[in-house]
Amino acid sequence: MPSVTSTPTAGTAALADATASDAALRRFLHGLPGVDAVGLEARAAMLGTRSIKTTAKAYAIDLAISMIDLTTLEGADTAGKVRSLSAKGRRPDPTDPETPKVAAICVYPDMVATAKEALAGSGVKVASVATAFPAGRAALPVKLADTRDAVAAGADEIDMVIDRGAFLSGRYLQVFEEIRAVKEACAREDGSAARLKVIFETGELSTYDNIRRACWLAMLAGADFIKTSTGKVGVNATPPNTLLLMEAARDFHAATGTRIGVKPAGGIRTTKDAVKYLVMVNETLGEDWLSNEWFRFGASSLLNDLLMQRQKLRTGRYSGPDYVTVD
Amino acid sequence: MSEQDERATKAAGKAAKTKPKAKGAKAGAAAEVTATGRLSVLKTYKLFVGGKFPRSESGRVYEVTDSEGNWLANAPLASRKDARDAVVAARKAFGGWSGATAYNRGQVLYRVAEMLEGRREQFVGEVADAEGLSRAKAAEQVDAAVDRWVWYAGWTDKVAQVAGGANPVAGPYFNLSTPEPTGIVAVLAPQDSSFLGLVSVLAPAIATGNTVVAVAAERAPLPALSLAEVLATSDVPGGVVNLLSGRAAELGPPLAAHQDVNAIDLTGADAELARELEIAAADNLKRVVRPGLTSDWAVEPGLERMLAYLETKTVWHPTGSLGAAGSAY
Repeated sequence: MPSVTSTPTAGTAALADATASDAALRRFLHGLPGVDAVGLEARAAMLGTRSIKTTAKAYAIDLAISMIDLTTLEGADTAGKVRSLSAKGRRPDPTDPETPKVAAICVYPDMVATAKEALAGSGVKVASVATAFPAGRAALPVKLADTRDAVAAGADEIDMVIDRGAFLSGRYLQVFEEIRAVKEACAREDGSAARLKVIFETGELSTYDNIRRACWLAMLAGADFIKTSTGKVGVNATPPNTLLLMEAARDFHAATGTRIGVKPAGGIRTTKDAVKYLVMVNETLGEDWLSNEWFRFGASSLLNDLLMQRQKLRTGRYSGPDYVTVD
Repeated sequence: MSEQDERATKAAGKAAKTKPKAKGAKAGAAAEVTATGRLSVLKTYKLFVGGKFPRSESGRVYEVTDSEGNWLANAPLASRKDARDAVVAARKAFGGWSGATAYNRGQVLYRVAEMLEGRREQFVGEVADAEGLSRAKAAEQVDAAVDRWVWYAGWTDKVAQVAGGANPVAGPYFNLSTPEPTGIVAVLAPQDSSFLGLVSVLAPAIATGNTVVAVAAERAPLPALSLAEVLATSDVPGGVVNLLSGRAAELGPPLAAHQDVNAIDLTGADAELARELEIAAADNLKRVVRPGLTSDWAVEPGLERMLAYLETKTVWHPTGSLGAAGSAY
């Protein structure tokens, strides 16, 4: 199977030059090979046709559960809701203690302390959106304060949104500097740092070429994770745009040796969808990425479907929504 | 069209001229030519799930023959995954359908009768073929089925008076019992009456606000699959009725064991299968209707098929004065 992209041959040194000035960055990003849209969509569709059954399915379901960033990002979030979601994250299926924990609970910054407390000792991480999520329309100092707040409250991971307005206007260096600044704000006093996920909101970037540019921009700026979307717009994670992110991460790894995580978010609701993404990870990035260290699902209702499928595999009977929590 | 197909069509044309009713020919291979010289347009029968007409997820079909063994059509051979999808569709439709007013449900059911009346001839033909009846006998069955829809349409807003009401209690309370639909009803439709029998088990379940996943008569599923087309064009929300064709022995077990199905009608199961399914159904305490509840489909039914899928909700409400001011509330 020929790869859809040609791997950029730029070495680490050349990449450093790329970010030297606005003009150099623009030259680099616009010099990335164009995306073959038809090929990308065909490849994503083809990877979605694999039939995953029995033991492989059981493995995929458990892996997918362990990769979930269980998310609640609503204006109506209360401390109680965050606590109950945290309880669910620690023990997704109380009827079966073998069920793996989710990777993280994803909340707004003001709920980080609540989630942290509820998850203490469980190993489940707390992720917080920041930087004026989901629009990202705020001044840089506000975004940085937002980030520092979340980190200070104990967030293990920060999900930032890029300034799509600046990106679409072609002010790439501004976006680059902003990601850099947020990355610095992720540092803790003890020298460690929260992991930074950069959200592109692919649904607002219009073209696949733009998505590829955004990926490289974020990876050059020091993102630990690249993430498709906020879940707040019409088009969220789709197999083609997630595949594009994965290919960018693969190419970046080949060029620099640095490993970047990928997180599709929004619109992934069924086990079938989740398994398709896992197939895509395996085929594009390889087995090394098949852990929650390097791949996550941003989702809320997906977990219930995974649990129902898990119950089906365990008992042989189809389960129903009466046997999982109402979130 | 390949050369071979063309030759086959020409040959079929010749055959049709000499013998206009070329019954039993495998029409899947080459289109038959009718007596008037037109190519016959054969119908692809499909499942009815969530208001849509999908083929079986498994891609399988089976041959449906008339009572003399002549080929009629290929019907989809539904798999357990089709059953699962149908249950998901039925669950999705349940909120809207059970929440609709009884009056509205009555109107919708009456509309089904209206639509059925308009396609009477088609159903007479299908029932006659399926059950080996004369056209007159088949017409009786279809008319009875239309009347049965009307009968159940009338019951939608009356069954609550029979199954519920005010209970006398020794205290200052109103005590009211109201019947509520139990949820998703899986129906194994009767094997001996492909159309009237199906309507007689389907209509009572949806009249009271349940949603249904029905498995049509195994050997004669065509009237049921055509009924789906009537339901799709008569204001019945998608997912309220889902119709599958296939083997009762294959589709029954996953439906009986399904944790999200609330009741099961075993009318179409033989004694051995019914026993097995009733055991599986006990796991989540499904309502079970055993085979043999109705012996003659032509006789006007009683209420038992409606009452079988109802749960009773009882509300206590204080009456009389509640405070010093004498307020009743």
